[in-house]
Amino acid sequence: MKIQQISLFIENKPGHITAPAQLLADEGIDLRSLYLADTEKFGIVRMIVSEWQKAAALLEAHGFVVKITEVLAVEVPDRPGGLAHLLSALDESGINIEYMYAFPYLCGGQAIMIFRFNDLDAGMERLQSAGINLLASDELLK
Amino acid sequence: MTMNSVLETSFADCHPASVPDYTPLAELRALQLRRLQSVVTRGFQNVEHFRNRLVERRLKPDDIRSLGDIALLPFTLKSDLRDTYPFGLFASPMKDVVRLHASSGTTGKPIVVSYTKEDIAVWTSVLVRSFAGCGLHQGDILQNAYGYGLFTGGLGAHYGAEALGAAVVPTSGGNADRQIMLMKDFGVTAICCTPTYFLHLIDRAAELGVNMKELPLRAGVFGAEPWTESMRRHIENNSNIEAFDIYGLSEIIGPGVGCECRRHQGLHIFEDHFYPEIVDPETGDPLPDGSEGELVLTTLSKQAMPMIRYRTRDITMIMTGQCECGRTMRRIGRIGRRSDDMLIIRGVNVFPSQVESVLLQIEGTLPNYQILLTREQGLDQMEVQVEVTPNMFNDKIGALQGLQSRIQSALDHVLGIRVRVALVEAHSLARSEGKAKRVIDRRTS
Repeated sequence: MKIQQISLFIENKPGHITAPAQLLADEGIDLRSLYLADTEKFGIVRMIVSEWQKAAALLEAHGFVVKITEVLAVEVPDRPGGLAHLLSALDESGINIEYMYAFPYLCGGQAIMIFRFNDLDAGMERLQSAGINLLASDELLK
Repeated sequence: MTMNSVLETSFADCHPASVPDYTPLAELRALQLRRLQSVVTRGFQNVEHFRNRLVERRLKPDDIRSLGDIALLPFTLKSDLRDTYPFGLFASPMKDVVRLHASSGTTGKPIVVSYTKEDIAVWTSVLVRSFAGCGLHQGDILQNAYGYGLFTGGLGAHYGAEALGAAVVPTSGGNADRQIMLMKDFGVTAICCTPTYFLHLIDRAAELGVNMKELPLRAGVFGAEPWTESMRRHIENNSNIEAFDIYGLSEIIGPGVGCECRRHQGLHIFEDHFYPEIVDPETGDPLPDGSEGELVLTTLSKQAMPMIRYRTRDITMIMTGQCECGRTMRRIGRIGRRSDDMLIIRGVNVFPSQVESVLLQIEGTLPNYQILLTREQGLDQMEVQVEVTPNMFNDKIGALQGLQSRIQSALDHVLGIRVRVALVEAHSLARSEGKAKRVIDRRTS
């Protein structure tokens, strides 16, 4: 159920995101989701791609500092209160969301959000026991 | 006008404390020899490190029979202060020490210097002689914008100016607006600070609508960092003051090892207390007056922490001939550069190796890094750029920001100055022929 996300360190300067994007494009790797967390001086690019091992090896071979992080792809009911309901499953669990972002495609007609928890296994268990659907990698990337 | 008449005029005008500046040469050399013999004996008896060095060379204090014999003695290096941290080179017991100062060492630990009451009195007297040589006197109002604290600049200049009889305004460094307000409201007539800080005050005064040329300020005694004749011209043209260069270093005593007189033709070394030599920085061989090389200083009267043949790493020369002012104290040229990689940032000594020790300590391994020096509004800025390694990289912003601030506070702590830290991409810093280029200095004089 865990999804491998690729994170890259980049400086917050014009053009610095172009090189990794071009590398992936040249190798025909599909960028399914990209989220940029930024500060004044630097940023972290978080990506979900079609072939994460190939992408990570490619970026590293070109001198990028890459980290693979496991995240969850969570189905969010596409109606008012959908996200609030989902988050309430984490109430009083002590589980902290380190970050979350929306996945830009619908899967099976449902909205998807990517979550990273401080304790990923506990978060996964909690969401599943609340009846919330988590997508496997092949479902997400098909 | 003959030299004698100049000399007489100078004597008539001089401050009582400045009388030793005019000691006849034969008398001065005899005094220096007596003091050299005494300081070598003192070091031999009380400082194990020094005694061992002499024993290794089969030397005894009695072997020093002339001033030229100083060349027989071993050098003292900054690393000797580091290796004996904190008190290993003290020649006096702590009960006789009345002051401790510290400045940057080459790695994490500072170097420590100590003073007895007698040492403080000597230090004060050479600052009185420095200020008097700059034409300052009782009745002057002196703003002391050197930093007060472990740095020797603030307290050294403070006690010297008080002993001269000047009214001291101990502003310490920083807060330019308040410096300018006090300068104007108090009718300050003289200032002490780093030359770059005074450049900043000139610019800031203009922004505040204060015309520095209309203030009573007439003299500035600037030191703690190398500066140039073009900076002097800029300062004098923009403030109507007379700018003086003062030289010193903590290891020897602090500011007041030497200072310009009103002729502005080199800095007189107060040779009755500090014996200057110039050596070849590569071989250590003594060089004659008039040749450029590394300045080596021996403290002739220091009690708590004598320094024998201390390698300053400052490149200059001892000027030949006597100054028109009549002082017999030999002069050195302005310090233009150094023979090591020490950087002087806002008057504070910084070694790239200190930055390395901090990064190593935090990271466990040494990431590639670069020091970028710039000058903003007359003030030196230091940025340490660190390449993010796979080891350091974490995909949470907070973790990276935490890393950045850990590096920053460790650097602030070790260097004693505010530093900016920037995390940069791997392989983004310049390397020349595989060896990283560590320091980019974009400060313009």
